[in-house]
Amino acid sequence: MSNPNPVSGSPDKEPATEAQEARSEARANPTAPAGDSERAVAATATKEPPAEPRPSLGRLFLDNLWAANTVTVTVLAVLLAMLVGAVLIIVSDPAVLATYGYITARPSDAINSSWTVVSEAYANLFKGAIFDPEASGFTAALSPISETLTYTAPLVFTGLSVALAFRGGLFNIGAQGQATIGVILAAAAGFALPLPPGVHLLVALIAGAAGGAIWGFIPGILKARTGAHEVINTIMLNYVAVYFLSWIIIQNGVQNPRRADAISKPVEASAQLPRLLGDNLRVHAGILLAVLATWFVAWLLNRSTLGFELRAVGANPDAARTAGISVTKTFVLVMVIAGVLAGLGGSNMVLGSTADALTPQVVAQIGFDGILVALLGRVKPWGVLMAALLFGALQAGGNRMQSYSGISLELVTVLQALIVIFIAAPALVKAIFQLRAARAARLQTSLAKGW
Amino acid sequence: MEPGEIHALLGENGAGKSTLMNVLYGLYQPDEGEILVDGRPLKLKGPSDAIAAGIGMVHQHFMLVPVFTVAENVMLGAEQVKGGFTGFLDRRRARREVAEVSERYNLRVDPDAVIEDLPVGIQQRVEIVKALTREVDLLILDEPTAVLTPQETEELLAVMRSLKAAGKSIVFITHKLGEVKAIADRITVIRRGKTVGTASPSASRDELAALMVGRSVRLTVDKKPATPGKPILEVSGLVVDDDRQVRAVDGVDLTVHAGEVLGIAGVQGNGQTELIEAVMGLRPVLAGTVTLDGETVHGWPTKKVLRAGVGYVPEDRSVDGLVKEFSVAENLVLDIYDRPPFGKGLSLKPDAIAQSAKERIEQFDVRTSSADAPVGTLSGGNQQKVIVARELSRPLKLFIAAQPTRGVDVGSIEFIHSRVIRERDIGTAVMVVSSELDEVIGLADRIAVMYRGRIIGVVSPDTPREEIGLLMAGITPDTAAAAPEGPGNEDNA
Repeated sequence: MSNPNPVSGSPDKEPATEAQEARSEARANPTAPAGDSERAVAATATKEPPAEPRPSLGRLFLDNLWAANTVTVTVLAVLLAMLVGAVLIIVSDPAVLATYGYITARPSDAINSSWTVVSEAYANLFKGAIFDPEASGFTAALSPISETLTYTAPLVFTGLSVALAFRGGLFNIGAQGQATIGVILAAAAGFALPLPPGVHLLVALIAGAAGGAIWGFIPGILKARTGAHEVINTIMLNYVAVYFLSWIIIQNGVQNPRRADAISKPVEASAQLPRLLGDNLRVHAGILLAVLATWFVAWLLNRSTLGFELRAVGANPDAARTAGISVTKTFVLVMVIAGVLAGLGGSNMVLGSTADALTPQVVAQIGFDGILVALLGRVKPWGVLMAALLFGALQAGGNRMQSYSGISLELVTVLQALIVIFIAAPALVKAIFQLRAARAARLQTSLAKGW
Repeated sequence: MEPGEIHALLGENGAGKSTLMNVLYGLYQPDEGEILVDGRPLKLKGPSDAIAAGIGMVHQHFMLVPVFTVAENVMLGAEQVKGGFTGFLDRRRARREVAEVSERYNLRVDPDAVIEDLPVGIQQRVEIVKALTREVDLLILDEPTAVLTPQETEELLAVMRSLKAAGKSIVFITHKLGEVKAIADRITVIRRGKTVGTASPSASRDELAALMVGRSVRLTVDKKPATPGKPILEVSGLVVDDDRQVRAVDGVDLTVHAGEVLGIAGVQGNGQTELIEAVMGLRPVLAGTVTLDGETVHGWPTKKVLRAGVGYVPEDRSVDGLVKEFSVAENLVLDIYDRPPFGKGLSLKPDAIAQSAKERIEQFDVRTSSADAPVGTLSGGNQQKVIVARELSRPLKLFIAAQPTRGVDVGSIEFIHSRVIRERDIGTAVMVVSSELDEVIGLADRIAVMYRGRIIGVVSPDTPREEIGLLMAGITPDTAAAAPEGPGNEDNA
């Protein structure tokens, strides 16, 4: 799928096409709000049809923008989800609902109150996630972004974990369990080992990664040796991990001696990920690691021999075997690497700013959200990063929406689920918006496989 | 189309035969033009419209539920119920219908047999029964013989004749010239989406082939006598099981020398597949030895066998030969991706891969829009050329090609055959397995006939076809006296 030179046309035709593109783009799109990204979309899309009599590039640009390409479908899915979310906001507010009782008499009441509650909710979502225009001061202005990035970092790791396994033909439902074992080992290294700063953090991260690796290795080797289905085994191992976490927290030497509830000793400062924008903002170096991990997974998938094997096994294990690739070895390796990624995601939850000690809920839902992130990101590394950003933003914004507009945080979960449903059913989005079928088939296959 | 006519549609892979028929069957919508049935224009929104209009289709790949019985498959989609709204399936009626139809057209299908237990030829007849119970007047057969053994093909042709006698019209899609000549009343040749000619079955094979590919092609393989060297592959006493743990190869001995082509003939399912897979390390060897250039290779992993200088074109290209989602370039390095210059340590070298892809596409005349196009978008013949290009791009000691031209158009067959011979001429030991007797006879310097897991005889390609055909049926010259008519002796004008 990698495509180093997305611009179409043979080299000798290059100058003409580019000039033409510039001209027609100016004509077709005088305002060009997000010129660069849209241009990229158009460029990758124009590559598709090898049609001999080429229509003007402006025409192609518009056609492809409205064709069912990945970006369009994703944006429309988000819009649709917010539309359904708006209905839920209206329905769940008794005061607004009451105005619908006399909608025939005074429709303006119902419309106005609905508009107010929905626009306020989404405005708060935006202010909590990206930027608050009323905020005064450096810290307050950056706070939404900081929150978003804090929520994003672990989701990138778990999303990558699921996406990588998916590309290797395995459905890793076990990111949650791998993250859980990762968080336990990372925290243990963080509070039990007396090491100097820097080294301590590195050791804690490695411990977290190793924990995930172990938890990924088990279903991997079971699949390779016995053919046991990884979906079943990873689900079961999730339970084992979660209850192991609950048990280990209250053991002597782990539990915080000054506390009666189930919480472990805190991770020492020397093992914590440094904060990036001062102590008042929560964003920490985890997001940098997440970007690094994304780059690494992208390289692994597209530019490494291991990635080649992995993709071959994922797409057609019979052909891979015939070509001399060891399918069983690849299965095990894929699951181990997926486990490492999920384990690092888990480590983020205790070495970063979210928490500094183990509790039964310390990993939250990052493993399961990782599945959604991977699907939303279309199981491509950079797509996963974008999807995690969106989910992180929804989380951060949802907190503000809850406290300012009184709308339950669960709405965010519903929004996330709806987005993924619309993405997973591109035919639905297409039907609603009457998009042309350009690439819908490909969108569908990336998600439909694996079972 | 006239009633009671068999109309053959002939064309290379990717010529548009199947697309045309899918339009007729309502699976695709025409962009332009119209379809007339009994003089009335017809608008088909889906297969059910087509069936209602009396058009039935038997696909190249069967649309049957393997765990259902014949009767259940036949009623699928048109289930009859009894007992009013209680909705019990009327199995008895379905069985009766199957029995009736099968009786009327002499199809010999048991309504209670479970599909997965049936051989391919019978499964195909089930498809035909399915169409006939829907009372169609026009039956479309999409490359029906691609998966059949010579005997099964004979039987299919007989079935087609009896359908014709009953007044049904048949569109017969194929690219096998012999069958067309044997059965068709009229022949339409399609090339690149256009009708390029209509011919009568009396036209010669060469004329038809020329129409199909647009130029004159040789059907015989042009080659010099072989100059065999030392033995490269030696197999002795080989015993291998198939996937169901049933003995498939039962004590095979054979030798392939450098610079010769050993053809393995035989009806499919007589152990040829398992024999090759065992040599390639894809299937465990239960007994016996395999040596390559003096080195014992059985028990080696496939990668090591490939590295030792073995090229392998697997029998089923879409399952074992290619990763359809991968680009042409990636498929061209599928088994050498980790070797310099394509891979170094852990990293791939995309530039080297792209460069080599460009060369291979050129050398092997692979018709593709670009090296980055997914290989699944190529036609069958070009997909096969990708595999052949990949395997013949490195120095080989042994080249194994299984069904190298199955489902491949005439132009590509010629090309692939010439490449196989060229490989032989540079001193590689070549083993060709094919269920097409013509192909084996054309390519091989020696022919080993496999029957029920054994090599039943090794003959020269000058041996009369009838004799090889008898061997394929398990009849050696000693037992020939008691033998009935052998298969494989279809007309060969």
